[in-house]
Amino acid sequence: MSAATTAAAPPAVGRPLWRRLIGFNLLTAVILGIGGYYLGWWIGHLVTEGKSFEYTKAIDENDVALLLAYFGGVIGFLVGLGFANYPVSRMLGRPASLREKEEHGIGRYFGLCTDHKVVGIQYLCGIGLFFFVGGLNAMLIRTELLHSNPTFVGPNQYLSLVGEHGTMMMGMMTSGILGPFANYFVPIMIGARRMAFPRIEALTFWLLMAAGFILTSTIFFGGFPTGWTGYEPLNDQAVMGMDSYIMFFALVGLSMTLLGLNMLATIITMRAPGLTWSRLPIFVWAVFATSVLMVLAAPMLIATLLMAAFDRTIGTSFFVPGGGGSSYLFQNLFWFFGHPEVYILALPGFGIVLELLPVFTRKPLWGYRLAISGMLGVSLLSFFVWQHHLFVSGINADLRPFYMLSTEIISVPTGFIFLCVMGTLWKARTSFSVPMLFCIAWAFNFLIGGLSGVFLSDTPSDTDTHGSFFVMAHFHYTIMGGLIFTFFAAIYYWVPKMFGLNFNEKLAKAHFWLMFVSFNSTFLPLFALGIQGMPRRVSFYEPKFHTLNVWVSVSAFVLGVSMLIFLFNVVYSLIFVRERAVQNPWRSKSLEWQVATPVPVNNFEQIPVFDSDPYDYGTPVALAGGVGKPQVTGAGAGGG
Amino acid sequence: MSSEGVPARPPATPGEPNHLRRFGTIWIVATLIALPLVIFLLGPELPPGHGSEQASAHVTDNIVLLAMATPVLLLVVIYLVYSTIAFRQPRGGVLEGPAVRGHAGLQTAWIVITSSAVLALAAYGTVRLLADNGAGSGSGPKPLTVPKGPKLPVQVIAQQWAFTYRYPSYGGVETTHLELPVNQMVELHVTSLDVIHSFWAYQLGVKADANPAVDNVAFVKPTKIQTFEVHCAELCGIWHGGMFDHGHVVSGADFQRWIREQQVKFAPATKVLPKYSKTYAPEPTRRGE
Amino acid sequence: MSTTARKLLGVIAAVAALAVLITLYISSWATSAPKTIAATAVTAAGGGPTTHLTLQTDAAVGPQESPAHPDWVGYLVQQNGHWVRSTIYKVPANSLVHVTIYQFDGDSGLRNPFLSQVQGTNNGTVMVDGKPINHIDPEEASHTFIVPQLGVFVPLPGVPEEAKNQCEAGPCDPGTMAHRTIEFTFRTGKKGRYRWQCFVPCAAGTYFGFGGPMQTIGYMDGFIDVV
Repeated sequence: MSAATTAAAPPAVGRPLWRRLIGFNLLTAVILGIGGYYLGWWIGHLVTEGKSFEYTKAIDENDVALLLAYFGGVIGFLVGLGFANYPVSRMLGRPASLREKEEHGIGRYFGLCTDHKVVGIQYLCGIGLFFFVGGLNAMLIRTELLHSNPTFVGPNQYLSLVGEHGTMMMGMMTSGILGPFANYFVPIMIGARRMAFPRIEALTFWLLMAAGFILTSTIFFGGFPTGWTGYEPLNDQAVMGMDSYIMFFALVGLSMTLLGLNMLATIITMRAPGLTWSRLPIFVWAVFATSVLMVLAAPMLIATLLMAAFDRTIGTSFFVPGGGGSSYLFQNLFWFFGHPEVYILALPGFGIVLELLPVFTRKPLWGYRLAISGMLGVSLLSFFVWQHHLFVSGINADLRPFYMLSTEIISVPTGFIFLCVMGTLWKARTSFSVPMLFCIAWAFNFLIGGLSGVFLSDTPSDTDTHGSFFVMAHFHYTIMGGLIFTFFAAIYYWVPKMFGLNFNEKLAKAHFWLMFVSFNSTFLPLFALGIQGMPRRVSFYEPKFHTLNVWVSVSAFVLGVSMLIFLFNVVYSLIFVRERAVQNPWRSKSLEWQVATPVPVNNFEQIPVFDSDPYDYGTPVALAGGVGKPQVTGAGAGGG
Repeated sequence: MSSEGVPARPPATPGEPNHLRRFGTIWIVATLIALPLVIFLLGPELPPGHGSEQASAHVTDNIVLLAMATPVLLLVVIYLVYSTIAFRQPRGGVLEGPAVRGHAGLQTAWIVITSSAVLALAAYGTVRLLADNGAGSGSGPKPLTVPKGPKLPVQVIAQQWAFTYRYPSYGGVETTHLELPVNQMVELHVTSLDVIHSFWAYQLGVKADANPAVDNVAFVKPTKIQTFEVHCAELCGIWHGGMFDHGHVVSGADFQRWIREQQVKFAPATKVLPKYSKTYAPEPTRRGE
Repeated sequence: MSTTARKLLGVIAAVAALAVLITLYISSWATSAPKTIAATAVTAAGGGPTTHLTLQTDAAVGPQESPAHPDWVGYLVQQNGHWVRSTIYKVPANSLVHVTIYQFDGDSGLRNPFLSQVQGTNNGTVMVDGKPINHIDPEEASHTFIVPQLGVFVPLPGVPEEAKNQCEAGPCDPGTMAHRTIEFTFRTGKKGRYRWQCFVPCAAGTYFGFGGPMQTIGYMDGFIDVV
């Protein structure tokens, strides 16, 4: 297995710094972004001079201007990064520049780069930054909830924090696993040299960064009171900060659609010879199932937000009864996207767990086909359950038995995943490295999340729990327990390949145990608070809930500390200690561990040929063979 | 670092305990211990209590769901604990597990069992929902099933940020608090004057969204004289959390006395109220009007 | 340390600095609030402690009170003879609070006419321009001063459109500008923080008249801190 390193060309030296600052780079992007922002702002004010926009004077706010400003800012930012270069030069009949991929040095991480491995690392760092902002919001929320009355933060700021936390996590973290890990590893796993659309791949990342910045900027415009669901007509009423939400989610939707399309095209068309569908690594299958959801669900979100933006700016009435619209319409459109969205968050987690288990149990994946049908079944069914969010809303009350059935049926394919996990663990030789610990924690968390979901899918029982902290605890178990835990599993598992460096294992284990214990100590009591009648998204609650809320807040702070341990580990291990990782520390048989570390620019010198899936653990070594067939023997020694 | 010379472990080494039997025994014993505890000890304590027929029905439903969930929870948790203890890689070891890739019979059995459990749950939920006339949930303007017998209509009007209550059968008087007679079927008509709210009477097991221009009907029959909490359960703006209040379930005679007091007290306001209607659309209905 | 590592460290330091700045900014934004204004104590003519609150409502609070939103409708409160824009008032527990509101805004009408009736004040009445009343015409309502948890419901009638000397922007002068004077007294209960708000759709230009100033502390919503 020799995927040889191509010799790295020496970086261009000798060019003075000022010369390097001119050109299509992050600095230009920021300058053009600011320019575009003010241009849009100015045009917006010009447009709203007319009589039909009289209300903008009365409220000292101009939604048209802000939306156009954001739009102009994003366009300027992308042009500054160089996204227009390729189409423009092709339109002018000039040869296209492929410079993006060939740059070297650390600078390529701060600009448009079409190397899927660079994009993967960009995603990991960029998403990490906004994960920090979202987590910070959560800390402020929990600080407020130390008091039973609004004391620490104001009531509007509280709602804005709740909204920003929810939106940031639901928007940014949809790409939490697909962004860094699928972009980095899917091409390698399927024996390809790049993604199908490398420029689109880079675009998805920079769109997401622009979006994250826009959402963070909401506090300059008064925040938004609607939470991540953005329900109408409250959405229409809100101040300009709401436009940040609309722009953020629309950009995230665009990024998700493009990311999904790119993944589908790559997985369908770029598999190496011999890599049939039944030999595909299970993680690639999970990415495939997720991408189907992204491509089908996210455009719905963009359309919905466009309607909301029209309601807010030019006075249409899609969602206001007074003009012939309906407040139900937004709920339906939103959840038609929103429910697949939560599976977009959950499915990559399934993939990570199933991918990692065979490595750490030294057994083949148990029930490979069952796992695939489970994931595809989840993605198919997730389009038929959305009205369970509207059980008490009064719409289509006659259809509730159907949505009860479809929602409960979705636990069958989810059950497949659990059976595969359990089957793989049976009589295994499990070693409890840090990634494995996170996988086991996933099984526990997702089980609690899933079983609490049964209460929410049952209409009579949902009458008590809908809109309460019970729901909040439920989806934190499925999303934080399901996605964030596997996100960390993936970090601890793959970072030695991505960066060629090891984490400090003691710190990693401390991070895991503190995170697991404080996570459960934070969210289990929330079930109790919910069933005792505490609604979500409130900064007022009855004094009888005070003790439990203080407990939860303190646990949440400990959870925050566990994240700081992780951050410390990143800085300590990856920057100060820099202990080289061996090429294949986990003795994995998957292809990405057989290539050299760091992975060469073109991944493989020769496209590999597959003759089996990557899970032939537990079989005698003599059976291994062929180019695409990774050999386990001595694999660990080849690192460097 | 190499598995060379370490052949895959045969599926069953002599001397190895029968893991399946051991695990099965632990699980069954744990379930047999836990189930009665859940049903008989925890069950009656489950929320929302017995404030109304609907709330009592929810307690029963929650017991049934919890009784279904308990064996599943124990199965997976005990399995995880058992397999992490029993199937460890020895420290520094490089042993391989058995190369088992599946078990058709087990997979089929799993699919059949989970599917039937899920179908049973859905059927149970449907029966309970319909038999209980919506089980206290908001069931839209024309509920599929309506309880027989006389019903006291009460309108819940949500606005940013307060609930008020209107009694159409008592001259359309509107009040700031909700008071209901015990053992009387109540027909709640929940509507909103602006954004989406949700009327949640916790101890009564009632929750119904208040949408503008929509009449959302929920049925509840209070069975216990008590004070209950009213919350808004749908984010509606700055005072969403402050939109809480207490209501009272009182005896029939007390209710009559109370409603007459309200009629006198709120006579000036009642005069200027719009005619009782299923929904209201007060000005302004749109932006900038 | 290699050059790459040094560069990386530089980047991480920059990101950390950025993170600290973001943290500080979000925290300071989240905890910002109008300052709490204590009601002035007045010597009681017998009976328990009494305090006094003097408020005014303006159709536009003016650039002096709110540079960002000069056209928003809002309440101002008098402190040491000056008008300040705050809606967080501190009053003693179990005491009488006497409130004087100078109403400079025109009428918008109530969404729910039920709230046109006075509740929870002493005698169940308020003095409007010196006359005791217990309800107003819901169409005439300009604002309300309602503290739901204390049971205080006071509707405020608006200034007629034809009145001369209308106040354009706050702070308005009760000596010269057209206004109505509303006076009432209510009894505070036990200690705690109680929300109060306006129920009239007075936020012009927003959906249902309930956006912007109607959902921002310091304009048409606030707290009564009973201490």
